[in-house]
Amino acid sequence: METVLAFLCGIMTAASIYLMLSGNIIRFIFGLVIATNAVNLLIFVSGRLSSHRPPLIPDDVSIPSETLANALPQALILTAIVIGFALLTFVFILFYRTYQSLGTVDTEKMRFAEPDGENSDEAARKGDGK
Amino acid sequence: MNWLLVLPILIPFAFAALCLLFRRDAGMQQQLGILGGLLHLAACLALLAHVYKTGLITMQVAGWPAPFGITLVADHLSVILVAVTGILGLSSIVYSKAEIRPGMLAAGYYSLMHILLGGVCGAFLTGDLFNLYVWFEVMLMASFGLLVLGQEKEQLDGGVKYVMINLFSTLLFISGLGLLYGMTGTLNMADLHLEIQKVQDKALLTAVAAIFMTAFGIKAGLFPLFSWLPVSYHTPPVAVSAILAGLLTKVGVYALIRMFTLIFTFDVAYTHGLLLIAAVLTMITGVLGAAAYNEFRRILSFHIISQVGYMVLGLALFTPLAISGAVFYLLHHMIVKANLFLISGVSRNAAGSFELSRIGGLYRHRGFLALLFFIPAFSLAGFPPLSGFWAKMILIRASLEVQAYAVAGAAAGVGLLTVYSMTKIWGEAFWKPRPSAEAGKSLPPARSEGEIWLLLPITVLAIITMVLGLVPGPFLALAEQAAHELLNPDIYVKAVLGGA
Repeated sequence: METVLAFLCGIMTAASIYLMLSGNIIRFIFGLVIATNAVNLLIFVSGRLSSHRPPLIPDDVSIPSETLANALPQALILTAIVIGFALLTFVFILFYRTYQSLGTVDTEKMRFAEPDGENSDEAARKGDGK
Repeated sequence: MNWLLVLPILIPFAFAALCLLFRRDAGMQQQLGILGGLLHLAACLALLAHVYKTGLITMQVAGWPAPFGITLVADHLSVILVAVTGILGLSSIVYSKAEIRPGMLAAGYYSLMHILLGGVCGAFLTGDLFNLYVWFEVMLMASFGLLVLGQEKEQLDGGVKYVMINLFSTLLFISGLGLLYGMTGTLNMADLHLEIQKVQDKALLTAVAAIFMTAFGIKAGLFPLFSWLPVSYHTPPVAVSAILAGLLTKVGVYALIRMFTLIFTFDVAYTHGLLLIAAVLTMITGVLGAAAYNEFRRILSFHIISQVGYMVLGLALFTPLAISGAVFYLLHHMIVKANLFLISGVSRNAAGSFELSRIGGLYRHRGFLALLFFIPAFSLAGFPPLSGFWAKMILIRASLEVQAYAVAGAAAGVGLLTVYSMTKIWGEAFWKPRPSAEAGKSLPPARSEGEIWLLLPITVLAIITMVLGLVPGPFLALAEQAAHELLNPDIYVKAVLGGA
């Protein structure tokens, strides 16, 4: 089972990197979503897959009597999902606002922060306009 | 007493919430912002004083014992950085009072600023790897917000690229973290130091070390991963540039120092060799970039990259002298760099542009400002007796001690090029007469009533730079103590795990 999930992680990572490198900010978001999930899966698998009992200890003992499932990776993933979701929302809004303002989704065409002719009049005028 | 450890994190978050409550009331927000900055600085300095007196302190959050719960640790490296964070935070907040428009205040400027400060302090103080990831995220979210707050075209463009690369670095960080957890079964840094010695497959660990190196290398702006930095740092308001430039890349450097002195020290020849190559190339490419540009803040952005190279160089050499050099360099650089960004804003107000070809004559018209620029600029370039001289000298001496003559030569050569690009700003903006095409145009009105708020933090930071340079003894002693703790991880481990 671990092998299968490891391959799945690899495929998802490869796909996400392909999407993120495409230079289109919409595809970047999809790549980001896939990559986040690949990483979550990675944490999950590296915490060992098992079919043990849930990590609950009965009232009258303080140490678990039999082997339990590892709860920590799930706690980590839960945190990572929450953070990832917040980031994703921010990224969606930022990219939409950028598209509205710059009129393009192609990172190659976004040259506002680094104008091509550094010392051209146009660049200088922009510096003035701030 | 260990409540001191939480205060530098709690105070900024409390004030972030308060500022959000008063987001429609600009005056109230400014007062709250400055009060928050003052209290935060007081807490940071109290922590520094306490650790200076008693040595390393720890706190187990909610009383869970060490490898299970979240640990907060303050060793000398952490408290030095936390104290500088407090200073820079207050400086930027004071500077913002005259710079930031009410529109941005209503959008939550001060809240984001305080969240950023809290996040950075959290990252410096945590002793748990996953917690470090969480603080990184807190810090990143705040910096994303600050970076695009004005919604100018350049800001959105720079912001998109900044967000893309930093998110990728975060994903690398958390996947490295997952793999490390899979191999050792723990995420407490002190516990990791012990557990990692039991791992059989060192080659796999080296691969994980490389993942962490890449992730933190992106944050720190190491060669060849720095492209996001010069795209974005010159776009936001000056106070934001200053705080980002002073703090964010240094958190990456801090994480590198922490990981590669505490956890990944099993294959020093390979990992630190790689860091050494990256550091030297970072120094060189950064300074060449600075030499190539003619815009005030872009030159400064490239300088950050080149200077990060020096700090990582200190880590890569991995001798007590080199590490204390790196720590002192961090201390010096954070103050100087933030100050230079703040000065660029005042020059822009005085001359009307960040473009060096379009400004000039600042020395004649604004003599005091020229003096204020002179101190941090030539400290950055490494002129004696300013603070940068000691920092560079220690690192060069450390590389000579391990007979890395080429590295020492590169460090000295990069120092010379830094002088070149700094004299370029000096000559163009301050020394030459105002370009005649511009002379006729009316300047933006000098906001004399607000200018005291701009010059106050700059002057204070310049004085700190002078003190660091003229009386380096106590600060060098602090840095040496930090290096001593970093190179003897047993101290750290014992403090966290309680003698185990």
